[in-house]
Amino acid sequence: MIEVTNLVKRYGDHVVLDHLSFTVKPGQIYGFLGPNGAGKSTTMNILTGYIGMTEGSVKINGHDLLEEPEAVRRSIGYLPELPPLYGDMTPKEYLTFAAELKKLPRGERAAAVEEVMELTGLVGMQNRLIRNLSKGYRQRVGLAQAILGMPELIILDEPTVGLDPQQIIDIRNLIRSLAGKHTVILSSHILTEVQEVCDHILILHHGHLVADGTPEELERSLRDNVLDLTLKSESPSDVEALAASLPDVSRWELRNGSGECQLALYPEEGADLREAVFNACVERKLPLLGMQYRTTGLEQVFLRLINDDLPAPSAGDSLPEEMPTDAEAPAASLPDVNRREASDSDEACRPDPSHKEGADEE
Amino acid sequence: MTAVYKRELRSYFNSMIGYIFTAAVMLIIGLYFTIYNLRSGYPYFATALAGTISIFAFTVPLLTMRSMSEERHSKTDQMLLTYPVSVAGVVFGKFLAMLTVFAVPMLFACLCPVVIHLGGNGSFLIDYSLILLFLFLGAMFIAIGMFISSLTESQVIAAVGSMIALLVLLLWDSIVGFIPTTLVAAIVGTLILFVLAALLIYRSAGSPIAGLTILGLGVIATVLLAFLASSAFTEGFTAFLKLFSIYGPLQNFANYYLFDVKGLLFYALFAALFLFLTIQSVQKRRYR
Repeated sequence: MIEVTNLVKRYGDHVVLDHLSFTVKPGQIYGFLGPNGAGKSTTMNILTGYIGMTEGSVKINGHDLLEEPEAVRRSIGYLPELPPLYGDMTPKEYLTFAAELKKLPRGERAAAVEEVMELTGLVGMQNRLIRNLSKGYRQRVGLAQAILGMPELIILDEPTVGLDPQQIIDIRNLIRSLAGKHTVILSSHILTEVQEVCDHILILHHGHLVADGTPEELERSLRDNVLDLTLKSESPSDVEALAASLPDVSRWELRNGSGECQLALYPEEGADLREAVFNACVERKLPLLGMQYRTTGLEQVFLRLINDDLPAPSAGDSLPEEMPTDAEAPAASLPDVNRREASDSDEACRPDPSHKEGADEE
Repeated sequence: MTAVYKRELRSYFNSMIGYIFTAAVMLIIGLYFTIYNLRSGYPYFATALAGTISIFAFTVPLLTMRSMSEERHSKTDQMLLTYPVSVAGVVFGKFLAMLTVFAVPMLFACLCPVVIHLGGNGSFLIDYSLILLFLFLGAMFIAIGMFISSLTESQVIAAVGSMIALLVLLLWDSIVGFIPTTLVAAIVGTLILFVLAALLIYRSAGSPIAGLTILGLGVIATVLLAFLASSAFTEGFTAFLKLFSIYGPLQNFANYYLFDVKGLLFYALFAALFLFLTIQSVQKRRYR
């Protein structure tokens, strides 16, 4: 659908995009994620032909952007960062104007305008002047003109900015419903939005593509492999001795040495320490209060990728998938338990690593 | 193009600008008509209309100031330039819309010859020819104002810039009168013109090589001509400057009662040149 090769954009000496290359497959929703100034809007402006690139090429549906601009633009709907609205028109007038400019057949214009007004919830506002509309409604008018005529490729620059929570959900659902028939590229600096809506994430930073994959792939490839233990112990030396006695531990950290100790174990590549930890605790009579793999949400992945100071995490670590679960019998003998759940799956015994933790808005 | 044309036209009459322009122009034309034709008894409306020309240097910028600058200011150019329409289509649509607004007071002016005819003997041919010429003149002024508007994001700068440019054009004959008709003046003047042309080409095409080429060729041609045919060169320079006198065709129509086709074409060409420059200026900004 889209093939971007070695895209460079320079403003004088300032490099905004630095040899950006990626491909977009049809029918999927792509998310550009990146902090402010990463080059998201610039990329979108180039894809839609609003500004030219310094170097590189963009092919959309096999058409070169520079050689056949009109053919390319006909298949694109674009919502820029600031919706391009004329304040002296009503949404209906504006969308009719947009339909004419998009060269929709005369007979289909009114129906197309009606359709997008329904989809974006503008019907009640259709006869008010755009300059009197709230930010959220203006954003919706902008979105409406982008999807008007249902172009194959829809490019949305921060589509949910300025919307209230209910509207955000509506618009996300709308975008999701476009997948399949349409290819959607949206940008956001809000992680949850991209995570919820997109099939594929492209993380931009300083004009570079720093990550490219599905949300699951990104999380998996950049996950930490750390086992966090909580132990009940009065003397840190006991805990240190325990940590030192364990095999396959490359390194460990101890915090809060007395009372409830927090011990972080960094296993050797591919080693599952949990059984050894359990046995060692029993042996040393150190009550084990908690044990779990540290989870890395996409948020941390994102923050780490765009944070220049942090070292890039080692990719390719995978967690042991099997967990021996024969928890029924011991659980039944425990005091102070009012309800218990156990299942054969991994999930009940340790938190789902893809658990989206702390990924709140902004 | 038609979509842009319709939108622009509606926008002029949705806002005050269309009405203010029409009212201002009609007021001045009405005053001149009353003073010249009704009070002083000049038989031709053309005489009165020709007198109003300077007020267009102040009223046409009202129309043109927001034409391109406002699109950039409010980022609506992002819509126009990413839709399947050409920049030329957008520029022409806007130009025609402004020309239509310009034509509204001219349409009312068409009543004046009829009024004269009711009370005396006028000439429809002379009067309506001049109104036609004014449409061409308006087209030229609008194209210039539009070009200046495309250079800036600020309506105020666009308006002031257009007023100055149009005033210079109106005062051109007097300005040319100040320039001495000597060889040195001709050489300096020609060089200045080539520098301006080179700058313009560099600005609109963004290519320093093209600009320098024009400048180099210009300098060589100037030096050669100045030494080989100095008197012809001096006369030629003055004649060249007089070429840009916009009063020539106007006087032919209003004073000598000549239907000056060359003058009409001159105005049209001038307008076309500035429309072209407007398109270039928009394109250049995208691919800087």
